[in-house]
Amino acid sequence: MDLIESYREDLRFARRPIARVLLGLLLAALLGLPWVAPDHLVFLATLVALYSIGVMGQNILIGYTGQISFAQAAFLAIGAFAFGHLRIGGVPFPLALVGAGTVAAVVGVLVGFPSLRLKGPYLAIATLGFGVAVYQVFVNVELLSGGRTGLAIAKLKPLFGLSAMHTQYYVYLLLLALFTLVTYNLVSSYVGRALVAVRDSDIAAEVNGVNLTRYKLLAFAISSFYTGVHGALYAQVLGHIEPQIFNILESLTLFVAVVIGGIASIEGSILGALFVIAVPKLFSEYRELVPIVYGVAILIVLMFEPLGLYGGWLKTRLYFRNWPFR
Amino acid sequence: MGGLLEVGDLSLNFGGIKALEGVSLSVAEGETLAVIGPNGSGKTSLFNCITGIYRPTSGAIAWQGESLLGSTPDAITRRGIARTFQNLRLFHNLSVLDNLMVGRHLHFAKNLANAMLRLRGEEIRHRRRCEEIVEFLNLEPVRKSRVGDCPYGVQKRVELGRALATEPKLLLLDEPVSGLTQEEKEEFGYWVHEIRGRFGITVLFVEHDLRFASRLASRMAALDHGVKIAEGTPAEVQRHPEVIKAYLGE
Repeated sequence: MDLIESYREDLRFARRPIARVLLGLLLAALLGLPWVAPDHLVFLATLVALYSIGVMGQNILIGYTGQISFAQAAFLAIGAFAFGHLRIGGVPFPLALVGAGTVAAVVGVLVGFPSLRLKGPYLAIATLGFGVAVYQVFVNVELLSGGRTGLAIAKLKPLFGLSAMHTQYYVYLLLLALFTLVTYNLVSSYVGRALVAVRDSDIAAEVNGVNLTRYKLLAFAISSFYTGVHGALYAQVLGHIEPQIFNILESLTLFVAVVIGGIASIEGSILGALFVIAVPKLFSEYRELVPIVYGVAILIVLMFEPLGLYGGWLKTRLYFRNWPFR
Repeated sequence: MGGLLEVGDLSLNFGGIKALEGVSLSVAEGETLAVIGPNGSGKTSLFNCITGIYRPTSGAIAWQGESLLGSTPDAITRRGIARTFQNLRLFHNLSVLDNLMVGRHLHFAKNLANAMLRLRGEEIRHRRRCEEIVEFLNLEPVRKSRVGDCPYGVQKRVELGRALATEPKLLLLDEPVSGLTQEEKEEFGYWVHEIRGRFGITVLFVEHDLRFASRLASRMAALDHGVKIAEGTPAEVQRHPEVIKAYLGE
């Protein structure tokens, strides 16, 4: 029996004991991974962790608030280069990370303004234009991009006697856990409800006292902050950035991750990140097939499982919960 | 003058179409005013003007002596006017409870840091108020159901509950019982009656079911082609020759 005795209990994080056990096991597995897996797998896990943050941010915007944006590559670039310049200027890693996110968030609010007037595909086109414009600015302004040689970013110092690879993995895992927790809390709070209200019916949201301007811009700010941090973490992993990395395909990759992982789902965002990292690796000998795989996967998801990988997981869970009935 | 809501000489044009033409209406505190009229007579347009969704072409709307013109819908709700919609505008992917909680949105002490750190004192405080509404509208069995999966009758109740959750002084109901069964209409009539009696909320509603409207309303006004053609007690309005002409023709 599942009895809830107070409102507080109803609002608790991971309320069921089974959820806590599974969560604990998952965390233990992730913490133990570097000790059993080869280095290249640890590196891939690091990539999944940092992509998850960006996909989560994108999901807040697309999934929860229903504002389709293709400007994510621009925010990645802004985050990455802000981080690069701050690090070169001698700012410590955590502060540079917050700085990169903040710069991206401020620009995000500016990009959010068209969303007050434009809806659906029109907003997508406007943001796409912005994404292309920022790319051109970075490619052409050497002061920002560091010119032909790009920006070199110092590696993280190894901590607690771990190897550099393992240190990076643990730092990124910690950040992912932090962002996941904050996102969970945010979407289950009044903010999350207001965002979903804007998506499901903007007029009804407004009539119920939700300030459309504030919440649409807030969604853009939060989402761009996440993407900015994603860009910064990506720059840190690469150790060297140039503007060509952040072309429009990066926006599409994040979009694919959101749709395939599961719209409006945090677990889905992580699964989506796993998907867009795993597919290019699995098809590394046939790189030109990757976009086709993405396209077919999106078609399959939209036709058979609109909630994506997370929807599949929900159904599996329901099956076992009701077993042996069906 | 000096009513709760004063609509003065309100006009609304969409290009050449005159949706409202010089409509004046006064709502006194504590009354239940019904607005009737054939389809396309401007009833919903009037509601949309009052709640700030449409900008009227000319005229005045005063709420407790202050103009509402130019305010955004959320600002108007904050001042104590709530509404429901004719075709239901619910948040289909949220649970019944979360829909009511959105209605509490404007009463939340908003703090982004608390939201991120999962400090949920506010949430629990407002949850208590929502549970009162859940109990009032008999929504207990569907509390956690996704609204989109609920039957129409339940959805109508959720929308009423969401409007109540904003704690309005004036409640605008756009066809509250359209599409409901006779039994559900009876229930709704009871709730609307209680809303005025128990919660002391003034009610302004649009309704096509004249029997329902005349039983509940203390006063009635009739619109036709954007013009107010009659106003008075329900019996007076329904016998008014202009009203009979509007509904039945010459």
